[in-house]
Amino acid sequence: MLNIATFKRGGVHPDDMKRLTKDKAVERLPLPGELYVSMSQHLGAPATPLKAKGDRVEKGEVIGKASSFISADVHSPVSGSVVDVRKVRLATGANADTLVIKPDQEQPDSFKTAFDWRSQSKEEIQALVKEMGIVGMGGATFPTSVKFSVPTGKKVEYLVINGVECEPYITCDYRLMLENTDDLLEGAMIAAKAVEPEKIVIGIEMNKMDAAERLDKRAKELGYPIEIQPLKMKYPQGDEKQLLKAVTGREIPSGKLPLDIGCIVCNTATTYAIFEAVKYHKPLFERRITVSGECINEPKNILAPIGTPFSSLIEYCGGMKDGVYELVSGGPMMGFDVPDESVPMVKGSGGLLALPDKKKGLTFPCVSCGKCVQHCPMGLMPNRMFRNIKNGNYAEAMALGLMDCKECGCCSFSCPSHIDLVQGFKLGKKMGRKK
Amino acid sequence: MLTVRTSPHDHDSISTDKAMLYVVMALLPSALWGCVMFGFRAVLVLLVSIASSLLTEWLLGKMNKENTLLDYSALVTGLLIGMNMPPSIPLLIPVLASLFAIFVVKWTFGGLGCNWANPAIAGRVFVFFSFSSLMSKFSTPWVLKSSAELVSSATPLSALKMEISSGLSSEAILSASGVPVSGIAASLSSSMGINPYVVDEFLGFASGCIGEVSALLLLAGGLFLIFKKVISWRIPTCYILSYAILQWVFGGVRGGNGLCSGEVLLPILSGGLMLGAFFMATDWVTTPTTPKGEIIFAVGCGLFTFIIRCFGSLAEGVSLAILLMNMVSPTIDRFCKAKKFGYVKPPKKEKGAKA
Repeated sequence: MLNIATFKRGGVHPDDMKRLTKDKAVERLPLPGELYVSMSQHLGAPATPLKAKGDRVEKGEVIGKASSFISADVHSPVSGSVVDVRKVRLATGANADTLVIKPDQEQPDSFKTAFDWRSQSKEEIQALVKEMGIVGMGGATFPTSVKFSVPTGKKVEYLVINGVECEPYITCDYRLMLENTDDLLEGAMIAAKAVEPEKIVIGIEMNKMDAAERLDKRAKELGYPIEIQPLKMKYPQGDEKQLLKAVTGREIPSGKLPLDIGCIVCNTATTYAIFEAVKYHKPLFERRITVSGECINEPKNILAPIGTPFSSLIEYCGGMKDGVYELVSGGPMMGFDVPDESVPMVKGSGGLLALPDKKKGLTFPCVSCGKCVQHCPMGLMPNRMFRNIKNGNYAEAMALGLMDCKECGCCSFSCPSHIDLVQGFKLGKKMGRKK
Repeated sequence: MLTVRTSPHDHDSISTDKAMLYVVMALLPSALWGCVMFGFRAVLVLLVSIASSLLTEWLLGKMNKENTLLDYSALVTGLLIGMNMPPSIPLLIPVLASLFAIFVVKWTFGGLGCNWANPAIAGRVFVFFSFSSLMSKFSTPWVLKSSAELVSSATPLSALKMEISSGLSSEAILSASGVPVSGIAASLSSSMGINPYVVDEFLGFASGCIGEVSALLLLAGGLFLIFKKVISWRIPTCYILSYAILQWVFGGVRGGNGLCSGEVLLPILSGGLMLGAFFMATDWVTTPTTPKGEIIFAVGCGLFTFIIRCFGSLAEGVSLAILLMNMVSPTIDRFCKAKKFGYVKPPKKEKGAKA
């Protein structure tokens, strides 16, 4: 816990705004009237629905089957009946089959029996992770079972638990680290059993030092070989590329995965989900979400089932104030705006923010100040890529490294002329791929 | 009711118009000092430059049916042009400089962001070569005027330039050519043995252009801009440092004193170096975008300033040096690409694959 690491190149320092919900303990949301469980909860192919209109579902039952290698099972968060199956548009823009489930009045109090995971083999744990529909809960929702299937011949040197939570406003991972410290550490040990790393490190930013100290203390008391690595505050440190650079000093080569440099990164919420899945055989059907923003009456950290419509969350938080400009699913730097409150939560929803217009300001032509270049964590030249995209020269933009852009938003955030660079890059990638 | 737009949904507090206003705020103390030193005439020159700049911008905006006054770049250009004028200049000259800066250098190339050189510098250089004698007539601040005899005098730099080959120290040359010293500087120099001209240049009791007399106030303004993150520390620091080193090593050569004997403080504090390094060489549009490029740019400015000042026929080299480097700035940018993340040397890649 001595040296404080960070990544060197680029990055920005937005106001973290975590003070709104930092001290709010996680509350369980009363069951909403209807849940909208989408089959597209994860990166990759949407699951195939197993239930039809009128069917009964039990809590934790598989209702969507993984349809390909990169896909994940979807489980019912409640016992109830399927009222409807229809297409619902998610915050990311995905338009997938969605089961509308009406929960029963009485819900079973299941998933309380603890299983002994220490006697289980590596393969059994991996199978459980797959069976329980675990996906990366930091936002990208990459199926964890795929991440954990280490090809033979590759050695995992580092298992890095990502407790950075560098997006402003979001505090649900922080609360998890504080409230479920022991379970989280056990989850890290379970994950370690599945991938057999040489070292387990938890990376935490300095604005969460109390959580870092608590984790460090408990890990020592429990005798777990887990190292806590405090990190300087800087966005986007929660991205696995920047996190690994900060923790291990290694750079993931362009177009490669963390495994190529001997690392596996696992988000805190995911680690906790692994703990629940392996210890209690509880599928991933609920998660913690931070409902915050300047325009929410009572910002809160909430534990809610997957499929909860955002309107229920907002209602539970005392509704929205006047002057709300946009509703963001995720963090303010990379989150997606939703058109209305009916959009449901998915496995990757870590935040719901009601924000005023924070980008106010006139748009000017590019003045080549170089701020985007100096803040880009990937070492790209956003000004040049944008100019090429604007002129329809997608091939040149790709040659400049457009595909290495991860849309973290550092360039748009720092652009004094308020140019929507990220929007240009999203378009450029689509058009560039077409050709 | 709700807006849907792409991420990020937050923005840094900096914006182009705000940055321009910060530049104006940083320039104001020095401009006001110039007005105090040179009187009503200086106020008039500043106002005429600003007004003609804004008017040109507004009229050209009319032609494009857009209002570009709101980016405040014309205000900065006008103020900088005014500050680069000798106080006794005929009022037509700042008007011509503003016209050239806004119309020829900025507007014809596509407006803000497309100008190939800093408009204020280009405007100043344009009138400097068109009206050389008028542009080199400087009045002495009223504080220094013991009697009415000195209506126009040489700046310390130009006086030094004339006499440099004599091999004397700058202090001896300047007092021999009759450059006056303020009371504070004289007392400081007698009590502590500091060159009185250095004190005068630092505090701002010297003849020169309206905005460049007080190195102290310019330095304060520059630090304010760095603090507000409008400019980075790289360009001013590298510019002044590279010039200082060159001046120290080779500055004495012309006076016959050999290497490493050049006087450093006086040349740094006098002339347009402070104004140039903090406010003109740091113009966003005409400087490279990468940190490495910025350093090359700044060192280039230092080199050319030194060459022109020491070996050229002009006493002043700052604006020409910056203009020259402005022109090569796109080339510097082309060759100084940022190092992309994840593009490591091949051996490291192999190691990753093996592991």
